[in-house]
Amino acid sequence: MLRVDALTVRFGGVRAVDNVSFELAEGERLAVLGSSGCGKSTLLRAIAGLEAGDGTVSVDGTDLTHAAPDHRPIGLMFQDHALFPHRTVEQNVAFGLRMAGEADRARTRRVREMLALVGLEGFGGRQIATLSGGEAQRVALARALAPAPKILLLDEPLGSLDRHRRERLIDELPDVLQETGTGAIHVTHDHDEAFAIGDRLAVMHAGKLLRVGPPSDVWAAPASITVARVLGHTNEIVDGSATVVWRADAMIVDPTGSHEATVDRVQFRGTSYTVRLRTPDGRMLRFLLDDPPAVGDDVRFRIDPARVLRFD
Amino acid sequence: MRTRLGIGAGGAMMLLPILFIGLFFLFPVGMVVGRGLGGEGLDAVDELMRSSRQRSVLWFTFWQAVVSTVLTIAVALPAAATVGGLSDRGRRVVRALVTVPFVLPTVVVAGAFDELFFATGLDTGAFRLRHTVWAILIAHIFFNYAVVVRVVGTAWAGLDGRQAEAARVLGASRWRAWREVTLPLLRPAISSASAIVFLFSFTSFGAVLILGGPRRATLETEIYRYAVSRTDLTGAAALAVVQLAAVLALVAVSTWLERRRPAPIRMARSTPTLRSRSGRWINTVVAGALLGVPLAVLVERSFSTGTGYGLGHYEALGTRVRQLPAPATTALWNSVHYAVLATALAVLIGVVASVVVVHGRSGWRRLFDLGLTLPLGTSAVTIGFGMLVALDEPPVDFRTRWWIIPVAHALVGVPFVVRTMVPLLRSIDPSIREAAAVLGASRRRVRREIDLVIGARGALVGGGFAFAVSLGEFGATSFLPRRPDDVTAPVALFRLLSTPGDLLRGQAMALAVVLMVLVSVSVFVIESSHGTTEGSL
Repeated sequence: MLRVDALTVRFGGVRAVDNVSFELAEGERLAVLGSSGCGKSTLLRAIAGLEAGDGTVSVDGTDLTHAAPDHRPIGLMFQDHALFPHRTVEQNVAFGLRMAGEADRARTRRVREMLALVGLEGFGGRQIATLSGGEAQRVALARALAPAPKILLLDEPLGSLDRHRRERLIDELPDVLQETGTGAIHVTHDHDEAFAIGDRLAVMHAGKLLRVGPPSDVWAAPASITVARVLGHTNEIVDGSATVVWRADAMIVDPTGSHEATVDRVQFRGTSYTVRLRTPDGRMLRFLLDDPPAVGDDVRFRIDPARVLRFD
Repeated sequence: MRTRLGIGAGGAMMLLPILFIGLFFLFPVGMVVGRGLGGEGLDAVDELMRSSRQRSVLWFTFWQAVVSTVLTIAVALPAAATVGGLSDRGRRVVRALVTVPFVLPTVVVAGAFDELFFATGLDTGAFRLRHTVWAILIAHIFFNYAVVVRVVGTAWAGLDGRQAEAARVLGASRWRAWREVTLPLLRPAISSASAIVFLFSFTSFGAVLILGGPRRATLETEIYRYAVSRTDLTGAAALAVVQLAAVLALVAVSTWLERRRPAPIRMARSTPTLRSRSGRWINTVVAGALLGVPLAVLVERSFSTGTGYGLGHYEALGTRVRQLPAPATTALWNSVHYAVLATALAVLIGVVASVVVVHGRSGWRRLFDLGLTLPLGTSAVTIGFGMLVALDEPPVDFRTRWWIIPVAHALVGVPFVVRTMVPLLRSIDPSIREAAAVLGASRRRVRREIDLVIGARGALVGGGFAFAVSLGEFGATSFLPRRPDDVTAPVALFRLLSTPGDLLRGQAMALAVVLMVLVSVSVFVIESSHGTTEGSL
């Protein structure tokens, strides 16, 4: 349905988006995971028509590369929402319908539907300034969905929410998108969010899409050390010519283990502890342990070979 | 215990602005109002309003101000859009360039336009501009262009560009997104700029006097005519009362409109820019033609000696001509001298007053706020006229003293200092003060290390404005009788301009150029202190 081909966006000499190609099927949700500054917002802006670049963007075979943002069947939900502060909730949600020339009655009905969909019945008359972060986020979602775009682009939509609300919306967002049958590209820096929302996962780094595939496949086989790092494999040692990486939950304390290190710091993290170890050669490693050793202890450990990634 | 600013010292400090505003503003203006309303005065107002000439003067004053405002907004709004989209540095340069016209002496600008009309043959004939309402309107656009570019351009730069982008993604065309999202968000800035432009056009004096010719009169020039030419002080007072009432009504309306402002707009990461290169070019051409051409003609004429180009007119400034009580160089020296004194006075009083407005007890705070806003809304002509009628008897027989001129100028300059300092002091995040206190600074030390250091930039900017305003002040000065040696440069320039004859015109142009250069220097001092004047006048 959506097809992006060799898309490149330059800012001065920097390629913020570098030769990106992918396809999005009807109703599919693609999560784009990358650290801040990797070009994922720019990718969305280019697809929406807010940023000019090389390459092509087409929807259902229609080339939209040179179409203005208002002539694309694509919605965008902005980071921090970008709601219109001078309009009420209802007027915000109705805006796109008004632009599409929808009749008054149909518009009112649709606005009510959308507000119900995001769980904000009765909020129509509220001023934007009176909304909480979570409410504003829902209004932004309703506003973006109201004109029924074929594809919705979501730019870190849950970034400004507290943890509790985020969890709730990670749960609800796929349902809402499912219900409206909207295809979506969901950009985030949080891998849990990306796994939960995406049918497929794309890992972005320095303007490039490094790996695209089902989340479980990408997780199991990151294919490159950069992707592994983006996915949270932060522990790293060099073993001969290879680099070995693993996540914080892959360590097993074992008196017969082949590695030894000193406990440097212990942080309580609720369900477990983050333990920082210093190896004899001065390297810092981080592990999640349910039963932490004391600071200053020497511990022996091994690493679950099934959860270690080796890159030559 | 932390040391508090002693009540005695604080009280003494507060006395200074109170005495100054009271004696040189409230008392004179009160005398004018008393004279305009009291006894035979009320009859005078009544009589004025019955006279068809005065009714038409009032009507003309009003409609020319409305038209000036609408035209200024129309011409300057695209420029504000372009400025809003520039980088910080580019914006500062453009702001400095358009601010020069704003603070140029009215007499200089009027002279420049008058000369432009002569030079282009627009002084007579079918397309005559000289001595028409068009001349007045064009001059008002010239002066107030900067107000719109500064106020609206800054607001524009502060907008969140993603809101307009959100509208685009939701299907709005470029124009529709501008009309439905950007424009409504700019409305507070546009209406406050409009109120300022209207006020300035309504109380415009020098431009109307010179460019409007003998037949066009506004309330301001009419007060001048009554007081100075006809020496009918009661009639002039009655006119001044009408003027004050109109200005007060305007201030009330604009305050009411400001109260209805929507919730504050979140600060932006990206700005809705006017990306089109052609838009930028059109703005440059319009601004160049409107702001640059008259000043270029002015400079060209000042060097043109009839037989070619040379410094003849500048050299002539040193010799006294019949129309002036002293050589023009003496007038220039006087103006600089007065401007230095007026600036020092305005900064001193303005700083004290600003501190009271921001930190004083609530009662004092409100009183000071009001007392300091009034001179801003009162026309210079009313102030000069008030000093003329009020300060004429012992123990306050001041009107013939030379120092009354810098005092009058300081009165006009104080609001500029306060207007730049108060927002700056208010903008200091309380947590900075708290941080200083936690780091061991006493209350007094906090004030010195934080408020004064940050406020100093505001004082510099306000002082720069006060200096420029004093150099070009004409309205109030023209009412104050002086010894011949005390004449100021704008008054000398006005006399040279009102005398027919090529020789004196050349001298007038040279004098105007010197004044323009002096004022431009102070503007660049203002703008070089980065970031402090954003959004202020």
